[in-house]
Amino acid sequence: MPPKQATSDLRLKDRAGSIFDQLMPIFATLAALLVGAIFLMLLGANPLVAYGALAQGAFGSFNAFTETLVKAVPLLLVGLGTCIAYRGSVTNIGGEGQMIIGAILSTWFGLTFTELPGWLAIIIAMLLGIIGGMIWGGIPGILKAYFNVNEILSTVMMNAIAVQVMNYLMRGPMIDPVQREAASQIPQTARLLETYRLPRLSPTRLHMGLLIAILLAVAVYFLLWRTTLGYRIRAVGQSQPASKYGGIDVKKHIVVALLLSGAFAGLAGMMQVYGVNYRMITDGSATGFTGNAGFNGIVAALFGQLHPLITIPASVLFGGLLVGANAMQRVVQVPSALITALNGLVVVFVVSSEFFRRRSQKRRQSQFGTELAEPEDAEMQQEAGEA
Amino acid sequence: MQKNSPVINEKVAFETLEMRGITKRFPGVLANDNVNFDLRAGEVHALLGENGAGKSTLMKILYGMYHPDAGEILINGKTVRINSPTSAIQQGIGMIHQHFMLVPTLTVAENVALGLPSSRKPLTDLDRVSERIISLADKYHLSIDPSAYIWQLSVGQQQRVEIIKALYRGAAILLLDEPTAVLTPQEVNELFAIMRQMQSDGYGLVFISHKLHEVISISERVTVLRDGRNVGTRLTCDVTQNTLAKWMVGREIEFIKSTDKPQVGEVRLALEDVSCRSDRGVEGLRGVNLTVHSGEIVGLAGVSGNGQLELAEALTGLRPITKGRILIEGEDVTGKKPAEITEKGLSYIPEERMKDGMIRDFSISENLVLREHHKMPFSKHGFLQMSYINDHADRLIEQYRVKTPSRKTLAKSLSGGNIQKVLLARELSREPRAIVAAQPTRGLDIGASEYVHEQLLMERKKGTAILLISEDLDEILALADRIAVIYEGKIMDILPRETATKEDIGLLMAGVHPGETIRNEKCD
Repeated sequence: MPPKQATSDLRLKDRAGSIFDQLMPIFATLAALLVGAIFLMLLGANPLVAYGALAQGAFGSFNAFTETLVKAVPLLLVGLGTCIAYRGSVTNIGGEGQMIIGAILSTWFGLTFTELPGWLAIIIAMLLGIIGGMIWGGIPGILKAYFNVNEILSTVMMNAIAVQVMNYLMRGPMIDPVQREAASQIPQTARLLETYRLPRLSPTRLHMGLLIAILLAVAVYFLLWRTTLGYRIRAVGQSQPASKYGGIDVKKHIVVALLLSGAFAGLAGMMQVYGVNYRMITDGSATGFTGNAGFNGIVAALFGQLHPLITIPASVLFGGLLVGANAMQRVVQVPSALITALNGLVVVFVVSSEFFRRRSQKRRQSQFGTELAEPEDAEMQQEAGEA
Repeated sequence: MQKNSPVINEKVAFETLEMRGITKRFPGVLANDNVNFDLRAGEVHALLGENGAGKSTLMKILYGMYHPDAGEILINGKTVRINSPTSAIQQGIGMIHQHFMLVPTLTVAENVALGLPSSRKPLTDLDRVSERIISLADKYHLSIDPSAYIWQLSVGQQQRVEIIKALYRGAAILLLDEPTAVLTPQEVNELFAIMRQMQSDGYGLVFISHKLHEVISISERVTVLRDGRNVGTRLTCDVTQNTLAKWMVGREIEFIKSTDKPQVGEVRLALEDVSCRSDRGVEGLRGVNLTVHSGEIVGLAGVSGNGQLELAEALTGLRPITKGRILIEGEDVTGKKPAEITEKGLSYIPEERMKDGMIRDFSISENLVLREHHKMPFSKHGFLQMSYINDHADRLIEQYRVKTPSRKTLAKSLSGGNIQKVLLARELSREPRAIVAAQPTRGLDIGASEYVHEQLLMERKKGTAILLISEDLDEILALADRIAVIYEGKIMDILPRETATKEDIGLLMAGVHPGETIRNEKCD
């Protein structure tokens, strides 16, 4: 046997390395901000002042913080859907479209049926938001499971379709009657009844959706690790042959993963209408309605390492970045395009850090003799584990 | 080297190789502990040991894939440093890996030339490479066509291409890593003939194996490794199979053999004229008829890729069949889903344990309920009952002596033997009516194989019907009551154990009925 000291040193190094891996997204964000600092300097702004304003704008006051939370709600919901999809090894890039369709269905309901008690209307609207998202997520799911269509392509395409559906409805059938009469013809719907709106923590814009989203995060954790359905989704995500062998219908669970993933995005869309704006409005692009939450939610989930509970703080962090960026823009007077660029930088850095995380994990494992899955090596690792 | 001739390395001058005091440490384990090993020109030196004994580590050090913590390597009496496979090749060391390193869509000549500079840069010199291959092949009766594509070749032929590749690069020392594991008995004989020829030409050969009779028949000297230490190096003629086995395992072992008459009952598994496609879309099974009775083990012998996988998957419902019927206990289960067939009491130990039978990133306890995760008591109203799942795991880990730090350990960090124990635990604890066991001991050491065999014989005693699919004839001959031989998707014959001989089975495995005149394939 080798000296105990050397072994425990190695083990310690291994542990430290793995903690470093866990913190990788944070380092990636810092690196992105560093590159952003170069942009800021090129634009003649002091990065320290700018980032100070960002932090102040995001977390500096109670009001600022509630705005951050408002932004975090759709990120968290889309992020939860992302957790489910990725655990089932499907990539759902269709959050934007699923949000839009969920919002359309629930808005149509809220504007059409105006005689219901508020609580009932909200529950039905939530269900319709979920259904809308499920339809838009389920179609790519069926296409992938039964026709082998790549879900990344199909979900992105479904986004484009959803935007045009929204534009058509906002300009025509669902346009606010006031706007129909007016010359301005702003493509937006009428406002929802006051009783139909999600309760708010006045005077802020923070609405009940946050509470629901957090409860759902816990529910997703339960779903994935404590239910038969979650077991099956994860099994299919990890190994299709072994799942088949275990009697699991692989195709069905691919569809289910995308259905559930879409459901959360659809609910996020509903909440943007019932909690924040009280109407649907389009500027012709998806971003005009979703504020990119359908994409940023994916990043928040990756940031949260696809764990529903870690996705909660990750969403708040990203919400803060979005809110704070606006404040930064006001203070240091940089063009708003920089904010989008900064946001993009964070996304690129975080997503690519995942690659480095995996690589360093692999390197550590091969250095310590694991991953080379040959029986002999595995045996050694096993014995190492016991020692 | 003269100009315009293809870049060939002439055989490196080689007299002796010596590894002195090799020590290699992995965290918590000493893979090689002060190991001495030597090889002379013109000998076959067998390296024997169980999985984890350190023989692969030793050879990987010699081939430059690992660096030793201590010790030195001497070739022809001079210390050499081998940092990488490239430098190993320069020193005249070639390795025949267990898994071939060949590109299937390229020809033999292209594979041999791969990675070597051409003598006609920037053009290739494949015609010259081919000439040289033919001369090498003639010398050692390797009968290889340089223009054949790798995918067209049998496993045995592919192995010869690997040998040619090493010779072409000037190797004088060949390390053969379990070269017989994938061969039919006849192919083993051919390989041994090639090895003897090379031996008389002054090559030094290291033969890694855990098959004792092969070691006895081919080697001059044998070195046994156990727990990373050299237990002894002897002249092979001075040792017997039993002493070698004892050295390997560190205790007396008995070779398990089922000797008692089977208590054969009713038919549990039946295939009637079953055909199905393989993954490549061609016919995988062609009209297979086979029955397995309660209380008997039917061995399915055959060279890998002749329909064994298809047969196992057809039986377990994982692969749709195109013709015929499958019956379990008389009930037609043709076209039923895998889950329904599992319900009928059929357990399956798949050949690719890690890919098909286990989920690498799931814990042991999660893997132990893979088959029954949706059923009481493990699941109630769609919720997993963690306390039952955990108790179940703890119980089986103890009962099947799985070596693991905890039930939460991920399957991927278990050793091969322990993975197989987890799989057996899951499949046998269901109290199956019938079992399909595909290559259940492949890659396991003697101790673990013994364990698997005991378990299967115990099931046989309980009256379970067992289909044992194996490429290891010794295993089949030791366990099976009847032996079916499969060749190109057809059952060639079914022999009772009493009258079956290795030679007959070997011929059937090659698609020849004993007594038929044998075409000389070398004339092809």
